[in-house]
Amino acid sequence: MAITPQATARFVLVPTILLTVVGYYGSILWTIGLSFTPSRILPVSRWAGLDMYERLLSTERWQVAYTNLFVFGGLYIGFCLAAGLLLAIALDQGVKGRSVYQTIFLYPIALSFIVTGLAWRWLLNPTTGLQDYVRSLGFESFSLDLLSSPERAIFTLVIAGVWHSAGLVMVILFAGLQSVDQEIWRAGRVDGIPRHRMYRHVVLPMLWPMVVTCLVLLGMNVVRSYDLVVALTGGGPGFSTDVPAKFIVDHYFERQSVGLASAAATLLLLTVVVLFALVGLLRRRGEAA
Amino acid sequence: MTPAGRAGRIGLYLFLVTTALFFAIPLVIVVLTALKDADEARGASIFLLPRSPDLEAFSKAWSSACIGRDCNGIGGRFWNSVVITALATSISLLLASLNGFALALWNLRRAGLVLGLLLVGAFVPYQIMIYPLVRMFAVGGIHQTLAAVVIVHVLFGLPILTLIFRNYYVGLPPELIKAARVDGAGFFQIWRLVILPLSLNVAIVAGILSVTGVWNDYLLGLIFSGQNWQPMTVSVASLSATASSGVPEQNVNMAATLLTALPPLLLYLLSGKYFVRGVTAGAVKG
Repeated sequence: MAITPQATARFVLVPTILLTVVGYYGSILWTIGLSFTPSRILPVSRWAGLDMYERLLSTERWQVAYTNLFVFGGLYIGFCLAAGLLLAIALDQGVKGRSVYQTIFLYPIALSFIVTGLAWRWLLNPTTGLQDYVRSLGFESFSLDLLSSPERAIFTLVIAGVWHSAGLVMVILFAGLQSVDQEIWRAGRVDGIPRHRMYRHVVLPMLWPMVVTCLVLLGMNVVRSYDLVVALTGGGPGFSTDVPAKFIVDHYFERQSVGLASAAATLLLLTVVVLFALVGLLRRRGEAA
Repeated sequence: MTPAGRAGRIGLYLFLVTTALFFAIPLVIVVLTALKDADEARGASIFLLPRSPDLEAFSKAWSSACIGRDCNGIGGRFWNSVVITALATSISLLLASLNGFALALWNLRRAGLVLGLLLVGAFVPYQIMIYPLVRMFAVGGIHQTLAAVVIVHVLFGLPILTLIFRNYYVGLPPELIKAARVDGAGFFQIWRLVILPLSLNVAIVAGILSVTGVWNDYLLGLIFSGQNWQPMTVSVASLSATASSGVPEQNVNMAATLLTALPPLLLYLLSGKYFVRGVTAGAVKG
């Protein structure tokens, strides 16, 4: 009996399904399982209940890292959205040389977070960098020593991150602005509504789905924010700029605390699930509006 | 134009030019530093133009800079990245196209479920999967090999790439494959003769997304590639952390950084619209 094309189609999906079930779901369950064991270098299967979670939550480094997830994430997403929106609106004003500006605003998105971090670390270095330059202009007391300050080093991550990703928001929102029907603008002019009010009350609400899209893309960068931290601050000074992604990798591969790292990874996953549920709500709200 | 209107225009261009400077400066600084010699890079302000620009730092970065104790530069790592990116991208695109075709045009039962299962992987943080994957590769005897790093890239690249192909194929007219099926063509025949020739544009978009993603990756390369197949991002990060003979050579570090940035940057400048569609393709809702 010949194999039907339908059966072949189903068969083609088998490798991917296997890869997904084992690679994703198997790994996730395994990690969750490990989070209930006292594993150090190698996995052990002894049940330790919530011990690892208790230890994790009382670890100061984790508290800092987890807080940073929200501090960095909130500022990064907020500034990216604001800057991206401003740039998109600016470019929507019939600007000359628009594609040149667009190319400049968007190129950092082609670079890795490693390259981004290394470039900004060099730019912000206190001896020959930006601080030195501003001082040489006559502002002797100018201080931009962000990298060596435990309270402020987190802002270097925000600056470099926004530099990297604001263009992405711009390009998505600009496409949205361009797709707004010219009739709507004409109607606004006929009614004598100023342009800025048209943006605020008519056009921007139409961009809502695209804003949610940006939120998802930026949010994933935040959760995965490992590379930028490694290249720019190394998590320091101390562990003041640590993030969960780095905490987990360090504890798996350098500090040999597999159980603790697994507990941290599980909490990170839970956080992502909760955030996605929130984004889902936002999306529905946008559709209802 | 009214005076107020003109003032507004001037303000607008002022804003655009200032912002463009903010975006351009880091790259300009990297280039300037890479063209200096080591003393100049260390001693003088990063904003000064190089006194006698040369490509010395690039050749050192490429062939003799020290990464840890290995003083052969990052040139070899460049080729590692090329091989990893080429293999991972071609395998993912092939699988993603076949998957997308099967999911989009064959009315399979539970096609939605398969796509959903796959897409979850696009949004889960890698950190929760890496350790078990390391154990699995260790058991399979391929931990820290080319095979391991290519497999993880394919694994994590597939969801979004499959979605891109599937969304494109869903829009094709169903008559296209009906006619071929009446003629007795099988799945692979239709894929090769009908679907593949129509896939060039979508393959370019997906390819750009995959190439930039794999090339720019750091975490997976760090954990899964091992010494022999270490990609460029990993070595440039550890190069900058290694102070050879105690004195950091920032001109060499910046040259290496620039060399690492160059391939995706060129891809961006040359591919224009496709690139934008590629990086925003991850945004289409699933």
